[in-house]
Amino acid sequence: MSRVRLLIGTRKGAFILTSDAARRSWQISQPHFPGWELYHLKASPVDPNRIYASQTSGWFGQHIQRSDDGGQTFSPVSNQFSYADAPGTHQWYDGTPHPWEFKRVWHLEPSLTDPDTCYAGVEDAGLFLSTNGGSSWEELPGLRHTESGPHWQPGAGGLCLHTILLDPTNPDRIVIAISAAGAFRSDDAGQTWKPINKGLYSKYIPDPTAEVGHCVHHIAMNPRTPNTLFMQKHWDVMRSDDAGDHWTKISGNLPTDFGFVIDVHTHQPETVYVVPIKSDSEHFPLDGKLQVFRSKSGGNDWEPLTKGLPQKDCYVNILRDAMAVDTLDDCGIYFGTTGGQVYCSPNGGDDWQAITHDLPAVLSVEAQTLA
Amino acid sequence: MQNEGVHTIRVDLPLHLRRLANLPNHETTLDVPVPVTIAAVLDALEATYPMLRGAIRDHITKQRRPFLRFFVCEEDWSHLPTDTPLPDPILTTREPLIILGAIAGG
Repeated sequence: MSRVRLLIGTRKGAFILTSDAARRSWQISQPHFPGWELYHLKASPVDPNRIYASQTSGWFGQHIQRSDDGGQTFSPVSNQFSYADAPGTHQWYDGTPHPWEFKRVWHLEPSLTDPDTCYAGVEDAGLFLSTNGGSSWEELPGLRHTESGPHWQPGAGGLCLHTILLDPTNPDRIVIAISAAGAFRSDDAGQTWKPINKGLYSKYIPDPTAEVGHCVHHIAMNPRTPNTLFMQKHWDVMRSDDAGDHWTKISGNLPTDFGFVIDVHTHQPETVYVVPIKSDSEHFPLDGKLQVFRSKSGGNDWEPLTKGLPQKDCYVNILRDAMAVDTLDDCGIYFGTTGGQVYCSPNGGDDWQAITHDLPAVLSVEAQTLA
Repeated sequence: MQNEGVHTIRVDLPLHLRRLANLPNHETTLDVPVPVTIAAVLDALEATYPMLRGAIRDHITKQRRPFLRFFVCEEDWSHLPTDTPLPDPILTTREPLIILGAIAGG
């Protein structure tokens, strides 16, 4: 009998939610690392008991925890993230040069083939790699060394590398995204990188079609179709069918195309989910109605999904890493809110239920489907 | 207590660092070689509990994290050079070196 395990990172700890395949009744763990910010937890796709967790605090800095028993226990591994060389400067909010400084790990992406290999996306933007289960981390400095690096500027949340996508058909291909530099791709396992932002239009930057400087909030990919990428930008929902070389806008009939999360149905690579947020100034759902929008046609035609979601007085946000899908036959969709709710749809978005209303603000959600 | 150039030092840690190091009590004791300074105590602390590396001071620069404070005999030593010798009440375990989080945030 299959089971689902959700790894929830919050402002005040991590929680592990488990259910059988029906996904109607859930068990919620005691908090792991209570009081700490858990930016992200993610399990190895080849060893589901191996979980990496990013634990951070303004007081006590960055720590990485690893579980080898499916999240029952964790042990600290290396938390030393040193840039490979003197990192120089990037642009500060006011346009002046600012020293590159490590602050925290936003996203952990375990390898698709080796449980001891894991990527870490950090603020200030850099990509790190561990090949020994987190015992040490080495930067892949080619990303920071791209010509535009000194001109990258932080978004409101910092200069964070928040998205890492690994291509299951090409082990040398990695796609990442940085706020507010944009999307980048490596085709040589992270040694060299190129910006992949052609087709993005950001009216709030001096050159709206600039090669870099776009505030990409999140990118999603269905592993079956790795050349097709879906992007939630600051404003605009976009897609690419050539691994990011060109993007086209697919916002279509969305009531607002600002938002943070985006994800793709496990079995239907043209079925896409977003949660529209009112605007960059008002980070909550339009009209107080929490609506997931689904497109079954790869964008442009979107339908609101509301059954089981609050349709009045709802003013939460859904942050960029806080949506996930499972791999059961009837694909489950999950998202967490800054109000501490975690919602589940066990049927591709048609019906929703709150697994819990009362966690701390949710930073990230990952789903594991267990045999 | 001094024993062949080594002092036993009491160190009081905040809750989150105790949990990180899996320590059951507020305090831990460490054997620290002379001269006993905050830097030497932190060296001994990090050697005994490697998971605390980077939690109190930077891995490379050894600079104190901004929201942490060092209290010695009811005085704030946070801004003193960390190679300042610690006083007798610390060396004789009458007083602990207190490491605590600054009151900030909500």
